[in-house]
Amino acid sequence: MTTLDTGRIFEATNLDYDYPGNIAALRQVSLIIGPGELVALLGANGSGKSTLLKLLDGLIFPSGGQLLAFGKPLSEKALREGHFVLEFRRRVGLVFQDPDVQLFSSTVWDEVIFGPLQLGISKDEVVSRGSEALKLLNITHLRERPPYRLSGGEKKKVALASVLSLHPQVLLLDEPTTGLDPWSQGNLIDFLIGWADGGKSLVFSTQDLDTVEELATRVIVLGADHGLVADGKPEEFLSDPDFLLRTNLVHEHSHRHKELVHRHQHIHDHRHQ
Amino acid sequence: MKSDDFLSKNISNITHALESVISAEDLCRAPGLLQGLDARVKVATVVLFIVVVGLVRSLPLLGALFVLILAFGLLSKIPPGLFLKRILIFIPIFTAVIAIPALFVTPGEPLVTAGSKVIITEQGARTAGLLVLRVTDSLSFGILLILTTRWTNILAALRWFRVPSLFVAVLGMTYRYIFLLLHTANSMFLARRSRTLGTFSGRENRRWLGQALGTTMAKSQQLSEEVYLAMLSRGYRDEGLALNSLTLRRRDFLWVAFALAIASVLLWSNWL
Repeated sequence: MTTLDTGRIFEATNLDYDYPGNIAALRQVSLIIGPGELVALLGANGSGKSTLLKLLDGLIFPSGGQLLAFGKPLSEKALREGHFVLEFRRRVGLVFQDPDVQLFSSTVWDEVIFGPLQLGISKDEVVSRGSEALKLLNITHLRERPPYRLSGGEKKKVALASVLSLHPQVLLLDEPTTGLDPWSQGNLIDFLIGWADGGKSLVFSTQDLDTVEELATRVIVLGADHGLVADGKPEEFLSDPDFLLRTNLVHEHSHRHKELVHRHQHIHDHRHQ
Repeated sequence: MKSDDFLSKNISNITHALESVISAEDLCRAPGLLQGLDARVKVATVVLFIVVVGLVRSLPLLGALFVLILAFGLLSKIPPGLFLKRILIFIPIFTAVIAIPALFVTPGEPLVTAGSKVIITEQGARTAGLLVLRVTDSLSFGILLILTTRWTNILAALRWFRVPSLFVAVLGMTYRYIFLLLHTANSMFLARRSRTLGTFSGRENRRWLGQALGTTMAKSQQLSEEVYLAMLSRGYRDEGLALNSLTLRRRDFLWVAFALAIASVLLWSNWL
């Protein structure tokens, strides 16, 4: 039986990843993620956020460096071991950016029970987990619907429910709020805050600095060179306009007022009551 | 008709037709005769009827069976117009190519002549009629099954019959993603139209269609890779697992007995 170290969830050392044709996606990324951390992955488009999430979920494997999950190397060989793969998939869940990729079953119900069925648990437990996940996200009424008959927001909720039914300890989310209206975004953030409250870990990529401020306790920033640029508390970075500008996380607007060119960064410091 | 309109209408019509033919969620939930039966029983009896249709060589018997199918449709709350329309969409596709030449090339007693030349023979007309009726009956049974059974239950029934899980999984995903890819093709056409001022020639349209097909295929390949990763992420290990939510009731056994009786009568009458 595989014993997993629960002290450190992920430990990456000098991680490299190349896409075919030697196209760099990640370069020398080192990080440690522990239990209970709410980590935001920030970075401009193409900086390697989605690639890093797929590496952490053991779906692709590094071209260089080492990646440990629960103290064990997260390699193709390790994931061929029956016990480790089962235990790892039970503990770590990834919600993909495009819900159409994730919703491959014929109905919402089949989707939410897909994961539990793979775990080899009893049929009663599978049904109970599926029902619980639907209830948790208030989507029980969508149970018999085929995924192609869902709205964008509903698809995102079903994709999340399909991972939550695994009862993961670590949730990896690729741009969870993208494509959601402000109300749904707020709802999702509130839900995730509540979900992670019990000591669970969250690693999510985003472009939305408001989401980072509301949800993250730690920020990891990937740069245009696909390396790690910064790692620390959100307040250290979100209050540093020069840093945000340098890492392409905000844009500098320029306006013309008669003959005067006026520049300002596109961030707001006001909060809604 | 302009070739642009032709192309646009075809892509969007194919999307709508496929959606309406394949997905009949409302009909599947209607309180009808066939909707109340277990999917395994329906799959098995439909296969039985299709085999019987293939063995029967009598035109009146095949015609009578079609009337029975229409009655099953009515008892299953399927509007007759809709049912006939769905059958008639496919019959020309499956039979015209084979049946029409049979009318003219099968030797036999003259039926239609032009002067001294025999155009259609009795045997030719019978062969073509037999083919059309067999295809009509078989297709009608298939459509009856699709219209009264939820797709997930058909897949569950196939799994129960030990159809390889990989085959069932591929079938399920084809159903799931065909809509997505068709909508992608539709969006590609709309995106092209939104940037078009004049009209394109038929040749340009054909070239664009070829490119669009290639792009859709590349997208589907990329999508299939991502979908596989999404499956792995939730613990998939090349083994299709599913919950069996099907249950057999008294009415299922009655239906099986009825189907066997009909099949026996048809085969017995055929060999009389």
